[in-house]
Amino acid sequence: MNYPSSTIRSEARVPDLSYKGFLKRNLGSRFLSFLAGVFSFLCVLPLIAVLAYVLIKGISTINVDFFTQLPPPPGGQGGGVGNAILGSIVVTTIAALIAIPIGVGGGIYLAEYSTGRVFSQFIRFGTNVLAGVPSIIAGVFIYGVIVSTRILFGHTFSAIAGGTALSVLMLPTVVKTTDEGLKLVSNDLRRAAYGVGASRFVTISQITLPKAFTPIATGVVLSIARAAGETAPLIFTALFSPFWPNGIFDPIATLSVLIYNFSAQPYDLQNQLAWSASFLLVVFIFALNLLARWFGRMANK
Amino acid sequence: MTNFKAQYLLRSRPAAEKFVDGSFQRLVVVMASMVALILISIFVVVFWGSLESMGRYGLKFLVTSNWNPVDDEYGAFTAIYGTLVTSLLALVIAVPLGVGTAIFITEDIIPLKIRNIIGLMVELLAAIPSVVLGLWAIFILEPFIRPFLMFLYEDFGWIPFFSTEPLGPGISPAILILVVMILPIITAIARDSLNQVPMQLRQAAYGVGATRWGAILNVILPAAVSGIVGGVMLALGRAMGETMAVTMIIGNSNVFSWSLLAPGNTISAMLANQFGEADVGQLSSLMYAAFVLMILTLLVNILAQWLVKRLSLKY
Repeated sequence: MNYPSSTIRSEARVPDLSYKGFLKRNLGSRFLSFLAGVFSFLCVLPLIAVLAYVLIKGISTINVDFFTQLPPPPGGQGGGVGNAILGSIVVTTIAALIAIPIGVGGGIYLAEYSTGRVFSQFIRFGTNVLAGVPSIIAGVFIYGVIVSTRILFGHTFSAIAGGTALSVLMLPTVVKTTDEGLKLVSNDLRRAAYGVGASRFVTISQITLPKAFTPIATGVVLSIARAAGETAPLIFTALFSPFWPNGIFDPIATLSVLIYNFSAQPYDLQNQLAWSASFLLVVFIFALNLLARWFGRMANK
Repeated sequence: MTNFKAQYLLRSRPAAEKFVDGSFQRLVVVMASMVALILISIFVVVFWGSLESMGRYGLKFLVTSNWNPVDDEYGAFTAIYGTLVTSLLALVIAVPLGVGTAIFITEDIIPLKIRNIIGLMVELLAAIPSVVLGLWAIFILEPFIRPFLMFLYEDFGWIPFFSTEPLGPGISPAILILVVMILPIITAIARDSLNQVPMQLRQAAYGVGATRWGAILNVILPAAVSGIVGGVMLALGRAMGETMAVTMIIGNSNVFSWSLLAPGNTISAMLANQFGEADVGQLSSLMYAAFVLMILTLLVNILAQWLVKRLSLKY
């Protein structure tokens, strides 16, 4: 803009720089901010709607029977989901027992021993690819390896097959969080340990791993939360059972498969149990998520 | 950490210590190899299982749509169409919503406290199990949107995509539930990419007198775009493989229809439904379908990783 080059400066010649809310550009900007706000609201809405319905529909049948009884036969009365609760715990525990040691070990390799050459690059790449493999494919894989071959003493569908399928899904998360957690540990600490004569094993097990405990624990807790809610790989590995768990080599009921099965049944009672099981599952998973956030906040302090 | 190794090897160590160190290293190498081993075996197992069907139908499997276990005739086009159309349309809806939300919670439009609460809620949305969303979709979402779908059918029924009467489960509610499932992924990754844009860029934009959205649209979004596109690709991969919620609401029909209001199928829904009770011939065809799904998601995921990597090199 051209301002007259006068030597006399008066009030009127200073350009007006104050904010004018009704300029087209400011109105446009405010409109877009409003639009972004509406989008955020739409984003949050499903969470509120799902939680509200799960709470309203689920909480009414939660009583002692719900935790201790077997599911009723079609058209029957009362009952609970005790076997599915127990089964979910069993299957998730098997998955964690497989995935955590292997995942933490793989993470230690990537963070502490990897050389940046082809092998470790491939492992990193493979971890990312494995994280993107659809959960149902993990189920198909375990079906092909364990269920259809009857490799486990002639058993087909079993709790241990379900747990193995879930561990395939947990593994990449655990590897990645361990790797990233260990990378955050300062190199000075390692140097100090080597300086006082510690061996590599002692340095890793006594210094770096304890230092990286919180980020690793956060990742492990989140992966357990994810595994507890997974359904697809369990449908044809752990299958389902209307009875109490009968050892880890037999089919087992889980909460998530119970929700899937009972949601498709035409009986109100079964649908009701599906809602209550959802409520229980959501509460459990949110508790684990909040626990993980609390770990994270502890690490920042 | 190779430099430590050189220094470390110069010293003489007790044999027991060397042994422990050596075996620990071998142990973690074996554990790391497990990741690669599992990935490769997934490929081998699924490929091996689908060989029979591949030999019998070849590429015809991908473009024919008769899925008939009784006559032992299989073509997966209905499921492939369902997989592509549900995930792509879900993406079309979720990208503006997710990116808009990410901008809203990174760009200082509202107080930090509210932004953090929205961020936490979006993260918790990602934690809700797919099967619970499916239950919600069956009993709440689908009845809720049916009047609107009815309106589409009655007033726009001449368009092939709206040409069937919505009678319960179908492709449209499946798309909506996929939107809910991929929104958190898009929002989280877009938020991270926006946070990575250097503060100086924003300050420079505001310094030359840009309005907030002038800065966002012309400076900040272009700087973050490759990360956001990477996130969108990851979300696409997730949407293609998503199983439970879709299986519960899509209707699982193997009859092909262009209509979005009709019941349909996706590859993952087909697997979830039929795998447990399939006989030998069908099993091979299902494995073939699983192989197609795996290749699709693999390509999308590798593309996504490549895009995200390009961003991290830039800043």
